[in-house]
Amino acid sequence: MKPPPPPSTRPSTPGSRRRIGALVLATVVLTGAAVGYTVSASGRGDGPAVAEESFELAGPRLYFRSTEEENGRIAHRPTAEQAPDAPRTTGGPSCDRFHAAGGTALCLQRRPGVPPRAYAVVLDRRLRETRRVALPGIPDRARVSASGRMLSWTMFAVGDSYAGSSFSTRTSILDLRTGYLIKNMEQIPLTVDGRRYHAPDVNYWGVTFARDDNRFYATVSSKGRTRLVQGDMRTWSARALRENVECPSLSPDNGRIAFKKKTGGGDRGRPWRLHVLDLRTMREHPLAETRGVDDQAAWLDDDTIAYALPREDGRGTDVWTVPADGTGRPRLHVAHASSPTPVR
Amino acid sequence: MYLATTGRPDTPPAPGSGPGAARRVPGTVIALGAVSLVTDISSEMVTAVLPLYFVLGLGLSPLQFGFLDGLFNGVTALVRLAGGHAADRGGRHKRVAGAGYALSAFSRLGLLLAGGATGGIAAALAADRIGKGIRTAPRDAMITLSSPPETLGRAFGVHRAMDTTGALLGPLAAFGLLWATADAYDAVFVVSFCTGLLGVVLLALLVPGHFTLPAPTPTLATGPARARRSLLEPLRSPAFCRILAAAALLGAATIGDAFVYLLLQRRLDVGVVWFPLLPLGAAAVYLLLAVPAGRLADRVGRRIPFLCGHGALLAAYLLLLTPINGTALLTLVLLLVGAFYATTDGVLMALAGPLLAAARRASGLALLQTGQAVARLIAAAGFGAAWTWWGPRPALAAAAAAMLTALVLARAVLPRTELERQSP
Repeated sequence: MKPPPPPSTRPSTPGSRRRIGALVLATVVLTGAAVGYTVSASGRGDGPAVAEESFELAGPRLYFRSTEEENGRIAHRPTAEQAPDAPRTTGGPSCDRFHAAGGTALCLQRRPGVPPRAYAVVLDRRLRETRRVALPGIPDRARVSASGRMLSWTMFAVGDSYAGSSFSTRTSILDLRTGYLIKNMEQIPLTVDGRRYHAPDVNYWGVTFARDDNRFYATVSSKGRTRLVQGDMRTWSARALRENVECPSLSPDNGRIAFKKKTGGGDRGRPWRLHVLDLRTMREHPLAETRGVDDQAAWLDDDTIAYALPREDGRGTDVWTVPADGTGRPRLHVAHASSPTPVR
Repeated sequence: MYLATTGRPDTPPAPGSGPGAARRVPGTVIALGAVSLVTDISSEMVTAVLPLYFVLGLGLSPLQFGFLDGLFNGVTALVRLAGGHAADRGGRHKRVAGAGYALSAFSRLGLLLAGGATGGIAAALAADRIGKGIRTAPRDAMITLSSPPETLGRAFGVHRAMDTTGALLGPLAAFGLLWATADAYDAVFVVSFCTGLLGVVLLALLVPGHFTLPAPTPTLATGPARARRSLLEPLRSPAFCRILAAAALLGAATIGDAFVYLLLQRRLDVGVVWFPLLPLGAAAVYLLLAVPAGRLADRVGRRIPFLCGHGALLAAYLLLLTPINGTALLTLVLLLVGAFYATTDGVLMALAGPLLAAARRASGLALLQTGQAVARLIAAAGFGAAWTWWGPRPALAAAAAAMLTALVLARAVLPRTELERQSP
């Protein structure tokens, strides 16, 4: 990054020579600082990795993205383990978002480049790649149904990353049994208050599947409102259930939904609070976590909810847990981790 | 850095141009161009990686920051007026612009230190925007004050071409850095900080601190002796008011690039990986056309290219409404959007600059830029609402109709005689 020659058209004077000297010096110092920092930073993390031979999906374990040393590689530890800093078994693939169930894993990963590329990678029980889909955006949410048959992921489609303010989401659904991929579910017929809803600005995100691999829940946003929708794969239709529900996550017993509700509290950038909605009574209650959570929660079992929160030192996230019934208090579960995924 | 050479059109004087046009582009303009080039590399590096950093580095939703972005744009408009006013008081253009450049550079350190704290991130983004708001009008005033009015179009063309080169290089540098460092966002911020600081150093060392008027003082504006009064003083010049009105009118019919690219994406199913590169295509056209458009403006008067540029944008809207598809549509729209910027951005400053008294120039340009920016904000919000309620095609048709109306009105409003044509 060499500066252009000085524009002075006058013959060089002692003053201008001094200025050129200062310019050269400043350039050298600043270039040195930039290069030095970059070199030291590039020694910190490894490049993207694939899973090691011995690494596979098997329960009962908690899988998660480990952000401790290896840059986002998947790790696991026994489900019974409670200590935040307990040893973890690493060796999985590097992912930006991860989820797994029923012998299928979904790994959303970005591969560096100019411009960077992103993929949704489907992995089998031994974490070998079986399918790969290119993503036109930044990966954000990933879910696999309990049977391992239905997969869904959400990305932020960056209209143009240079404008900064025009974001929309795009959610895909992949049926592994038929191999059919719905690239963007925004065309699904949607019913709101008993009537077909049409708007050009509908965005879906955060799909969660029921045990029957047919019913699913998701968030739809349109005209500044978010709603919980219940969808049906067979009839390919969706209807809105209630407002202000984002990133639903169905409990293992399929009776409740954990979600983030916009309350205006918490942090300015994360005005959400975790809630649980009972699908039978349609009553919701807040959880004991008062900090703003911006994550699609995961149910470790029918009583415990796990989610990622940014660390106070700003270096990545930790996984926390909180009781699903609104009692108790949040506990640090795994340090330096995200995408908590219980495998039973 | 190849542009610094193509952008210095002092090599062969254009045939048929007057003696004024054959003169070299002033060193100060080249120096300011270099400052902008380096600064744009710095700022576009950060802009390009911020969405990735938010979602993947911090686990934040970028939608929240999209909202803040809109808020900051409003703040920038006010800060710009203050920057212009401060620069005019005692001719402190360089110092005020330098403060703006420095603030933006140091905002990168803010991003680095904020970590995941959203308050800190918001503050850093705000500081960057304030810095950008402060420096723009004083910088453009310095360009007008260091160039003869009759070659001002070319001077702005050279400056904007250098500026755009930086905007093109920034994202490439940022993605390259992320590649080399396995996603060390902090390295991008540090390199951006160092680059931004280099811009400040370039400004400090290469741009003179005081400006003497190179051209006869304009007659339309009030005398420099009565300079120190209100922010709105430039409005006393009827010709300036007409330009401001025309710019605001046309701005209110400009829907914003983000929408144009979104519409292109819907029509084309552009290869997903390449979509983020569309703005770079338009920027490349802008880069290539900025200097020729500036020269043309110097020769035929600045009013015509300014109107034609908006005509090009209108043509882009209409193209998006036609059934034309595929590569032809993509190429034509990018060409038209690039041509729009090349023939309007710097040209507007060259149109208005000579009408303003030297001592009120930064304030006047700030007023003009703010008027245009506010009009465009309103237009973007309106278009967004129309898109939401009516869908993309009717919204676009409405935008095209608005642009046509604005063009007809602006053609009537813009002053016909230009000052530099009257001067010997």
